[in-house]
Amino acid sequence: MSDYPTPDAPSLTIPVPRGPLPSTPDRGAGPPVTLEVDGEAVTVPAGSTLLDACSKRGVDTPTLCYLETLSPVNVCRVCVVELEGSRTLVPACSRPAAEGMVVSTDSERVRLSRRMVLEFLSSSNDVETAPELQEYMERYGADPERYGSRNGQAATQAQPTKIDNELYVRDYSKCILCYKCVEACGVDAQNTFAIAVAGRGFESHIATEFDVPLPDSACVYCGNCIGVCPTGALMFKSEHDLRNAGEWDESQQETTDTICPYCGVGCTLTLHTQDNRIVKATSPLDQEVTSGNLCIKGRFGWQFVGGGKSGSSGS
Amino acid sequence: MLWGSNARETHPIYFHHVLKGIHNGAALYVVDPRRTSSAQWADRWLGLDVGTDIVLAHAAGREILSAGLHDREFIERATSEFDAYRKAVEPYTLERAERESGVPGEAIRDLAHAYAKAPTAQLCWTLGITEHHNAVDNVRALINLALLTGHVGRYGSGLCPLRGQNNVQGGGDMGALPDRLTGFQHVENPALRSKFEAAWNCRIPPKKGWHLSGMFDAMERGDLTTLYVLGENPVVSEADKDRALRLMNGLDFLVVQDILFTQTAEIADVVLPAQAGWAESEGTVTSSERKVQRVRRAVQPPPGCRDDMQIIFDLANHMGHEWGEPDSETMWNELRTLSPMHAGMSYERLEKLGGIRWPCYDESHPGELFLHGRLWADPLIGPRAPFAPVEHCPPVDVLDDEFPIRLTTGRRLDSYNTGVQSSQYASPMRWGETLDLSPEDGQMHGLAEFERVRVSSRRGAVEARVRFDPGLRPGLAFMTTHFPDEVDTNRLTIDAVDPKSGTAEFKATAIRVDKIGAAATGS
Amino acid sequence: MDLHFTSDRPSDDEISAVDALLGPAVSRWAGGERSDPAEGQTAVGGHRTSGRRHLLLPVLHAVQWRVGWISRGALNYACRRLDVPPAEAYGVASFYDMLSMEPQHAVVARVCDDIACLARGADELCSKLEESLGPAAHSGQRTPSNWVRSPCLGLCERAPAVLVTGAGEQPSNCVSAPASPSSVLRCIRFPAPGVSDRQPAEVSVPQAGDASLDLLRRIGSSGALSLDGYRASGGLSALRLALRKGRDWVLREVEASRLVGRGGAAFPTGVKWRAVAGASGTKYLVCNADESEPGTFKDRVLMEGDPFAIVEAIAIASYATECERAYVYIRGEYPRATERLRFAIAEFEEAGLLKSACPIEIRRGAGAYICGEETALFNSIEGYRGEPRNKPPYPTEVGLFGKPTLVNNVETLANVPRILLQGGSDFAAIGTEGSRGPKLFCLSGHVERPGVYEARFGVSVRELIDMAGGVAGTGKLQAVLVGGAAGAFLAPNELDAPFTFEGMRAVGATVGSAVVMPFDDSVDLALILLRIAEFFREESCGQCVPCRVGTVRQDELLQRLREGRFIGSMDQERALLQDISQVMRDASICGLGHTAASAVDSALARFPIFSRSHP
Repeated sequence: MSDYPTPDAPSLTIPVPRGPLPSTPDRGAGPPVTLEVDGEAVTVPAGSTLLDACSKRGVDTPTLCYLETLSPVNVCRVCVVELEGSRTLVPACSRPAAEGMVVSTDSERVRLSRRMVLEFLSSSNDVETAPELQEYMERYGADPERYGSRNGQAATQAQPTKIDNELYVRDYSKCILCYKCVEACGVDAQNTFAIAVAGRGFESHIATEFDVPLPDSACVYCGNCIGVCPTGALMFKSEHDLRNAGEWDESQQETTDTICPYCGVGCTLTLHTQDNRIVKATSPLDQEVTSGNLCIKGRFGWQFVGGGKSGSSGS
Repeated sequence: MLWGSNARETHPIYFHHVLKGIHNGAALYVVDPRRTSSAQWADRWLGLDVGTDIVLAHAAGREILSAGLHDREFIERATSEFDAYRKAVEPYTLERAERESGVPGEAIRDLAHAYAKAPTAQLCWTLGITEHHNAVDNVRALINLALLTGHVGRYGSGLCPLRGQNNVQGGGDMGALPDRLTGFQHVENPALRSKFEAAWNCRIPPKKGWHLSGMFDAMERGDLTTLYVLGENPVVSEADKDRALRLMNGLDFLVVQDILFTQTAEIADVVLPAQAGWAESEGTVTSSERKVQRVRRAVQPPPGCRDDMQIIFDLANHMGHEWGEPDSETMWNELRTLSPMHAGMSYERLEKLGGIRWPCYDESHPGELFLHGRLWADPLIGPRAPFAPVEHCPPVDVLDDEFPIRLTTGRRLDSYNTGVQSSQYASPMRWGETLDLSPEDGQMHGLAEFERVRVSSRRGAVEARVRFDPGLRPGLAFMTTHFPDEVDTNRLTIDAVDPKSGTAEFKATAIRVDKIGAAATGS
Repeated sequence: MDLHFTSDRPSDDEISAVDALLGPAVSRWAGGERSDPAEGQTAVGGHRTSGRRHLLLPVLHAVQWRVGWISRGALNYACRRLDVPPAEAYGVASFYDMLSMEPQHAVVARVCDDIACLARGADELCSKLEESLGPAAHSGQRTPSNWVRSPCLGLCERAPAVLVTGAGEQPSNCVSAPASPSSVLRCIRFPAPGVSDRQPAEVSVPQAGDASLDLLRRIGSSGALSLDGYRASGGLSALRLALRKGRDWVLREVEASRLVGRGGAAFPTGVKWRAVAGASGTKYLVCNADESEPGTFKDRVLMEGDPFAIVEAIAIASYATECERAYVYIRGEYPRATERLRFAIAEFEEAGLLKSACPIEIRRGAGAYICGEETALFNSIEGYRGEPRNKPPYPTEVGLFGKPTLVNNVETLANVPRILLQGGSDFAAIGTEGSRGPKLFCLSGHVERPGVYEARFGVSVRELIDMAGGVAGTGKLQAVLVGGAAGAFLAPNELDAPFTFEGMRAVGATVGSAVVMPFDDSVDLALILLRIAEFFREESCGQCVPCRVGTVRQDELLQRLREGRFIGSMDQERALLQDISQVMRDASICGLGHTAASAVDSALARFPIFSRSHP
C-alpha cells in the first residue's frame, strides 16, 4: 500500500472550509408578456402558456390531460379558449402566451366545446372514480344521456378490468386516453416505455407490445402511471381491494410527508393513512427530487411498517 | 460518468435526472463489469474486469496528461502532489490497461478524452468502487481524475458517491463514524472534543474507535464481548457469513434493536422492538446530496415498539443519568449548537424549504448546492486538494483452475439489502435468488435456465438456481443478498477488508459452479 | 436504452427482410449474434447509435411485404436493431391499415367500397367476392381472409377499384380497375412480382395529347417515362435555368406567380419557400404525395404519368431553399407511382442532376388518411404514430425532425417548372383574382368520362362536368360532392359556381383537393353520407377527444336518423348533430376533425335526406 497524504488526519478540523456560496447560473429569460384575458390585462413571465395567464387572472380552467410535470399533449381539449384572430379554439395548456393576445375563457363557443368534450368522454367511459371530471360535467352541464350509451346505442370503452399482477389494476373502461401514463412511463419521467397508445381512432388504447400482460412487458412497477392517472383507470391494487371491500374512505384519510426508507436519493413520500395503516404512497409534484415520481420500492415497499405481512395484525 | 454504479436500478429517481440530462444532449459513460440497465443507456460502456478500477482510472489519467487535456491552471493553483501523481500513472499505458482490465484501449481513450473535454462532468460511483479491499484507493483514483480536469467545485461538475441507504450520509453527519463527532469534527482534536464535553457534561474517549470490520477483528481477539446493534442485520450482511455468525454467537451479550425480528435478532440475548424511523417517528435524514430532510410519523407503532431515541433515553436514565423525556426537535437544536454545518437548519426552515443541503451555517444561509467551490476561489481558501498516487492491487480472492469464475454482488431494482424490508411486499418482477451467469458459461456447464447448481468459494458453498443474463460475459457471475433464507450468498464472499474504510470486498469472490446430478440430492 | 423484450424470436425470413434494409447488425447489443468476445467488455450506444427510429416504418413495411404480417419475434428484432421500445413500435404498427399484427394470407385484395366506387358498382363487386372468397376480413379478426374492404384507393376514375398486394421475396402489386370478380380472382391466384396494371397512366387523362395543356401535357407522350425522353421533350430546362439565375430569382418568380398550395390549405407557396430559405441550419423538404382524400387521384396520375417533372420540381425547390434532404411521402396504396418516381429519382441521381439540390428519398405510407396532414406525416416519417402536432409552431419553423421544413403537395410542385420557364407573372395572369394558374380537377362518380382534367381557374362546376361528358348513370343529377369527403355537397342549381377559392367559399364549399363527384338520382345520398361518416370514424387518428369520439357519435347519429330511432325527438337529434359538428370544427387538433362534418352538414342543409324514416 503506497503512502500518501490524507487531507483530514493532520488538520483534525472540519474537512470543508467555508468557501464562496455556490449558485445556479442565470439563464436569462425574455421580457414578460402582457395579454388580455376576459377583458382584463394580465402580465406573465416569458415562456408562460395561456393556462398560466388564465390562472394568473384567477380563471379556473378545466384540464384533464395536462400536468405541470409532463409535456403538454393538448389532446383532451377541455381547456380550449377563444383567441381573437384564430379560426378555431386553442388549447390553453400548450399555447404560449404572446404579447397582445385577446383571450375569452367563458364564451358560448368555449362553453359548448368544453361541454361536448365532457359529454363525449362521459358517454364513452366509466367516470365513477374521476371526481374532477364529474365536477367539470356539473360545471358545464354535460349530459351523456344524449348519446344513448346507457342502452347500448353508442360505442363505449366498456371492457373487463385487467388484474394481472399484485400491484396494479388497470380498468381501461375508465381510460379517457389522456396520454399521461404514456408520458410518465416515457421520456417525461421513467423512460421505461412499457406502454404506448396502440390502434387508431376510437379503437386507440393504452397497450403493452401486442397487449401482453404487464408481467410479460417492460413494466418496472414504479407506479408513476398510476400517480398521474386522472380517472382511476390505473389504480394500486391495495386501493382497488379496499374499494371493493367497501373500506376505502378518503374522508377518513390523512397524508404525511416523510422520506423514503430505501436508497439515499431522498425521495419525499406522502403516506396516505386510514385507520392507522398506510393505504397508499405518492410523492408531491413540486418536489425537486421526485417531481412526483417514485420507484417500485418507494411506491410499494412500505408494507413492512407495522410489523410486516405476518405481524400486521398488531397494528 | 457512472463508475461502479447501476443507478438505473439502485437509485431509480436519481437516474431520472440523469435521463433528463441525456435527453438534453449529455453523454453518459458507464464503467461496470456487467452490462447493466444503466450501461444500456450509455454512449459508451466499459466492462472492466472486477477490481481493475485503478488500472482504468490511471490509464485514463495518463491519456489525459499525454494528450495535454488536463487543467494546468487549476492543478497549479488548487492541488498538491501532482508530480507524484504524474509519476504514479506513467506505467499505466492504454496497452497495459487493456491487458489488465480487459477493456479495449480505444474505449479508455474515448472515456478519457470525453471526460476531459466536457464543459462540465459529474463522476458518480457506488459500491462497485467501495466494496473492495482497496476501497479508499479506488475512490482516490477517481478523485484524481476530477482534480486533473478541474471537474470539481463548479456548477454541473463534481464527484458524488451515490448513497445506498436513506440515511447513511446522515449517520456519518451525526458522528456515527469511529473517528468523528457530529458534523465530522474529529474526536482526536482536543478543542473540538472539549466543546462537546462541555455541552454534554461528560468525558469523551480521546481516541477513535473501531469501524464495523474492526469490531469483528476485536471479537476475534476477545477485545469486544458485548454488542448493541441498532437497525443492522450483520449476521446476513457481513462478508464470510460463517465467520460472522461464529463471532457473534461467541459474544457475552448481544442486544438487537430493530423494527422486525431479523436473523441477527434471532441470536440476541435481548431484543428491543423499535419503530420505523421514517414512518413512525419524528426526525431528520440526510440524502446523497447532503440534503437534510424531515421524516415524520404517519402511523402509530405496533404495541410494545418504541422510538429509538426513547429506548436510548431510557437506557441512559436506567444508568443513572438525568436525560428526561426525548423530543426530536430539542435534540436537533442541541446538535445545531455543536455542529456548525447544521447551525442554520431549524425545523421551521427545513419544513419551509423542503430540506437544506449542508453546510448551512446560520439561519440566513441557504445551504450549499455543491461543495469545494473554495478550490476555485482566488486566492484559494483552505488547504490544497491532494492527488493520491495510489497503486493497483488486484482482488484478494484470486481466480484459479479450482475457482475460475468471478462472482460480483449487487442489488436488483425491486429489492434491498438483506430483504428485511423489501421482502414484505410482492413484486411481480421477482424470481427469488439466482446465480446469474453468461449464456456461454451456462452452455459450457450444460445447464438449463433455473436449474439448481452448487456454487462454492474458498469459504463455503451454497445451492442456487442459475439464470442466464446476456449482460454478463464468460467468467463473470452475479448474485445478491436479497433472499438470505433462500440462498446465503455471504457464505461465499470474502471478508478481505479495506483498512481505511473497513469495507469488505463483496464485489470480488472467486467461485466454482458445479452441476448437481439429476439423481443427486446435492446436499 | 434498457429495452425489455418478450422471449419471441424472429424467423429467418423476418431477419433477412430487416437485414436487407438495414444491413447486418453491428453488434450483439443491436440484435446481432454473440460472437465477438470484445463486445463483452465495451459497447457504443446512447447518442452515438440513436437517430434510427425514422427507419421503423420502412422496416415494418419490409417485414409486412416479405412475410405478410408482423409477428412478435419480427417486432422484437426490428426494435433491437433500431433501439425502439417494443410497446412504442407496436403502437406505430397498429396505427396503419396495411400492416397486419395477425397472421394473414400473403395475397390480399383491397377492395375499395368508398363513395366513388360505391356509385359505380362496388357493392355488387363485394357481394360477388363474398360468394367466392367468404366474408371480408376485419381488423383484429383472427380468421384471415383473402380480401378486405378498403377506403378510397385513389383510383376513382376507374371505379370500382381493387389493389391486390402479395407478400414474399418478390412482392406483388396488382391493380385491377375497373375491377370485375374474375379480374380480382386472377390477381389473387396469379400474383405477378412487381407492379402490374393493365391500363397505362394516360387512360386517366381524357385530354391526353392536347398540346395546350400545362400540367398534363407530357402524360402519355414518349417523353414521360425516360430521362432522355424527358430531356428531349423540354424537361430539365427549368432546373438549368434555376441554377443559372440563382436561388433568389427562383424565390422571386414563385412569389410573383401567386401560386398557392394545391393540397387543400391554399397557403401561398412563395411565402413558404421564402420562410424556409431564410431559416438557418438543417432544413428538409417534404413532397406530400399521401393523396388519400376520397375522390382524389390527380397526384397519382401526375406521378405515374410525368414522374421526371415532379423530381425536377423537387430538385428546384430544394436548391432554392437549400434543404439537406428531400422526402417524398407516398401513400402505400400507390405502387406504380412509387415505382416510377423511384426510377426517376435514380435516373436524376445517376445523371448528377441532384448535385445542386439534395438527396431525395421515398417514404411509403401504410394506410392512414391522417398522414396526409403535414405534421402527422412528419411523425410518420420519424417513426412515430401518425398523430398531428399542435400548430403553432408551423413546419417552416419546426417541422420534420424538429427542423424548418418545406412541405409541398405534388400538384403544387408540378407547377414550378412552368412558372420558371414562362415567368411568375405569366402564371399569375391565368385564372381569377383569388385563384391563379392552371388547375387539375378530379372527376369521378356519375360522369361519362371520369379522369383528371386540367382547366384554368375560373371554370365552373357545370363546365367541368360537361368536359367529362356530362352526367352519367340515369343522366339526372341529384348532387355533386366537391372538394372531397372533407368538402361539401352542391345542389344541381349551384353548378354555375366557379371552381375557385372564392367561388367555392361563396357557396359554402372549398376547393379542397378539387374533387368533382356528381351523383345521379338513383343514388341513396343517405348511404353516401353514412359512408363518409364511417370514413372519418375509421380514419380519425384518435388523439384528440372531439374527433376521436365526435366522428363516432356523428356516425351513430346518422345511423339513428336513417333508421328513425331517435333519442328524444328528430329536432333534438338534429341539434345534437350541430353540436357535434361544432366541437369537431372548433376544438379538434387538425384539419381532419375540423372538416369531418362538412360534407354531412352541407348535404343536410340542401337535401331532405333523413326527412322520412326508413324501416
